[in-house]
Amino acid sequence: MCLAIPGQIQAIHDTEPKMGTVAFGGVKKEVCLALIPEAQVGDYVLVHVGFAISRLDERAAQETLQMVRTLGDRDNRRSRDEIS
Amino acid sequence: MNQGFSQCPLPISPDETIRLAHGSGGRLTQRLIQHMFRPAFSNAFLDPLHDGAVLPSYEGRLAFTTDAYVVHPLFFPGGDIGSLAVYGTINDLAMCGAVPRFLSASFIIEEGLSFRTLHRVVTSMAEAAAKAGVHIVCGDTKVVDRGKGDELFIATSGLGSIPSGLDLGPHRIASGDRIVVSGDLGNHGMAVLSQREGLTFAGDLRSDSAPLHKVVQDLVKQGVGLHCLRDLTRGGLASALHELANGTRLQFCIDEPRIPVMEPIRGACELLGLDPLYVANEGRFVLLLPASEVDHAVAVLQQHEVSRHATEIGHVRLRDEDSHDPAVLLRTLVGTERILDMLSGEQLPRIC
Amino acid sequence: MKYLDEFRDAHLVRACLDQLRAITTRPWTLMEVCGGQTHTIVRYRLDQLLPPQIRVIHGPGCPVCVTPMELIDAAIELAASPEVLLCSFGDMLRVPGTRGDLLGCKAKGGNVHIIYSPLDALQLAKAHPHKQVVGFAVGFETTAPAHALAVKEAARLGLTNYSLIVAHVLVPPALEAILSSPENQVQGFLAAGHVCTIMGYEMYEALARRYRVPIVVTGFEPVDLVEGLLLTIQQLEEGRYDVLNQYARSVRRMGNMNARALVEEVFEPTTRTWRGFGELPASGLALRPTYRDYDALVRFADRLAGLSEKSAVSTSMEQDCQSGLVLQGRLKPSDCPAFGTRCTPEHPLGAPMVSAEGACAAYYRYRSA
Repeated sequence: MCLAIPGQIQAIHDTEPKMGTVAFGGVKKEVCLALIPEAQVGDYVLVHVGFAISRLDERAAQETLQMVRTLGDRDNRRSRDEIS
Repeated sequence: MNQGFSQCPLPISPDETIRLAHGSGGRLTQRLIQHMFRPAFSNAFLDPLHDGAVLPSYEGRLAFTTDAYVVHPLFFPGGDIGSLAVYGTINDLAMCGAVPRFLSASFIIEEGLSFRTLHRVVTSMAEAAAKAGVHIVCGDTKVVDRGKGDELFIATSGLGSIPSGLDLGPHRIASGDRIVVSGDLGNHGMAVLSQREGLTFAGDLRSDSAPLHKVVQDLVKQGVGLHCLRDLTRGGLASALHELANGTRLQFCIDEPRIPVMEPIRGACELLGLDPLYVANEGRFVLLLPASEVDHAVAVLQQHEVSRHATEIGHVRLRDEDSHDPAVLLRTLVGTERILDMLSGEQLPRIC
Repeated sequence: MKYLDEFRDAHLVRACLDQLRAITTRPWTLMEVCGGQTHTIVRYRLDQLLPPQIRVIHGPGCPVCVTPMELIDAAIELAASPEVLLCSFGDMLRVPGTRGDLLGCKAKGGNVHIIYSPLDALQLAKAHPHKQVVGFAVGFETTAPAHALAVKEAARLGLTNYSLIVAHVLVPPALEAILSSPENQVQGFLAAGHVCTIMGYEMYEALARRYRVPIVVTGFEPVDLVEGLLLTIQQLEEGRYDVLNQYARSVRRMGNMNARALVEEVFEPTTRTWRGFGELPASGLALRPTYRDYDALVRFADRLAGLSEKSAVSTSMEQDCQSGLVLQGRLKPSDCPAFGTRCTPEHPLGAPMVSAEGACAAYYRYRSA
């Protein structure tokens, strides 16, 4: 229901409300950072209707991917076992 | 030689604005023609300013096309309505295999447009025509009441000559043909959208507006066997393929991971919830050709700046006549197949 | 693009699906709550790759689909007044009320602006002090903080020409309505990752326990979706019904506390009529009395008087439409007798065929060969 896209904070402006420049794969847009005041330049944030709604957690993302990769490895092992 | 305002012999101030009288056929119309259009477009066919241009004949068949240009804003990164009106019509001719020769240009101007703006557009058109080697040989100007137009509309028609023996068109597409796209998609539509009030985003977004006749002529000259060319304009790749496949027994299958879309366009499309396959292009075309010609075609295309990202994206096969086999099929990133449908209405930026 | 491309990896999708096939022993019916997830499932035709025992039905998470016709009628009525600039997200423009849609209103001269962000409407209000700028505030919990902040900003700036038609809806009451229905078939949920980004998932824990359904907070990319399905099926096969968080890169258990506080300050829960569901208690948001001045329905009450009776007369459009069943997950769009024949995106019978996120439109647009 809610289109939210990850982007990286390039700059934070001293405005009311707090705004920042966020890059989305080569395009930049001014985004409201008021909902995540702790955000730093370089952080990846999820943006919905021009508002950053969360800081993306790199470690959690890697864990999610790692979990799925492990499934793939397990399957490969299994098919190798079946062949041998 | 083009005469800019600085050389303008009569006092037309760039800060003046277009009035209804500039379209009435009287003195102001004459002044506009003599001091704006004629100096910019001057050539042996236009200069007599007769009711019609008298043109030489060419060997072979003729191609004729017409198009209307409505774009807001008039100037956008990578182009403007003037060059667009020249290149768009040239490209339609090029897709028939024709060498573009002559264009007509009609201007529908909203009262209140500044001379400065009109002059910028006219200059851009003249430069585009000169660069492409075509003459603008006739035209017309009308002025509409303020609020009855969006600053400026331009309609151009074009005449081109097709070298004898060359036959390109949808009728030649056959099962087994390959689909090649001449470059990365979505640039024009997103460049224009990036300038719209309320959507503004910055970045490396430039319209791909460009003439395609030279690369087409090179393909022909190099002896690449072509079946059909189609330029990708509004509605994007998806719509162009539909237009070609509809009413035929052919099915166009394209491979999503092979379709070139550059990072800024992807980013902007993700952000606004748009699909780049439906976004407008103004300097890209799709080629239908036998499988044996693909490597040669791509090699020639990649030598031209305008088509250096050319790549094969799919193939044509026969549709199953009994079932509701779709006209255009997309193989997704995960290897599944789905219909690539026609657009229902305009793509609107969405939040959901 | 980082955080998108990794989660669209075909190999990872296949790995998850292989595992899903390996562990599925019985038929299961799951619901993905959010229209964005429906979109991903059908856009990539993930449904074709699922084990045949797994049935995925689409939930009510399309805010424009559930926005009641009365509010669309109000937006159209206001857009038609010369002093109003009506600001809406693009999604809402094609959704029909009882008397047409906002695009049609625009074509007839109505002042309808497509905005990307609620702050764009504030900019318009600043730029056009002699116009009344009205924002059409649709959306679930994800979008509510943005509108809350816009209202607070309007108050801070003393803008007297800005107001909202508040149509915000809340997810948990809809899930509760689905689960408590005697006809419910849903055995597990993929909860909406972006709603949970704001609200967290603590409130689902009681729901999961009470109805003994596993709930997995899930993201929106293909890898997210298949992993969400896997985590749900694993639980069902093992007889567990926990709340798990697949979308941990964005979702924290308590959500975004700043955003929640802002929503809490500006809005209060209210009874709302959901198109296709009917009236659900405490399922919508309304402006708190302190901010009532920014309620367009109050500000323009005179102009809107009499509209509700007109809206109450149901039109032929809705009579044929079974979108209520679709939104409750009781009917698959393609099983509706009107689907793709009398009802298409060009001639929609109901909202889910109009909205890009609507289950019917998604099914139609991305139907398989």
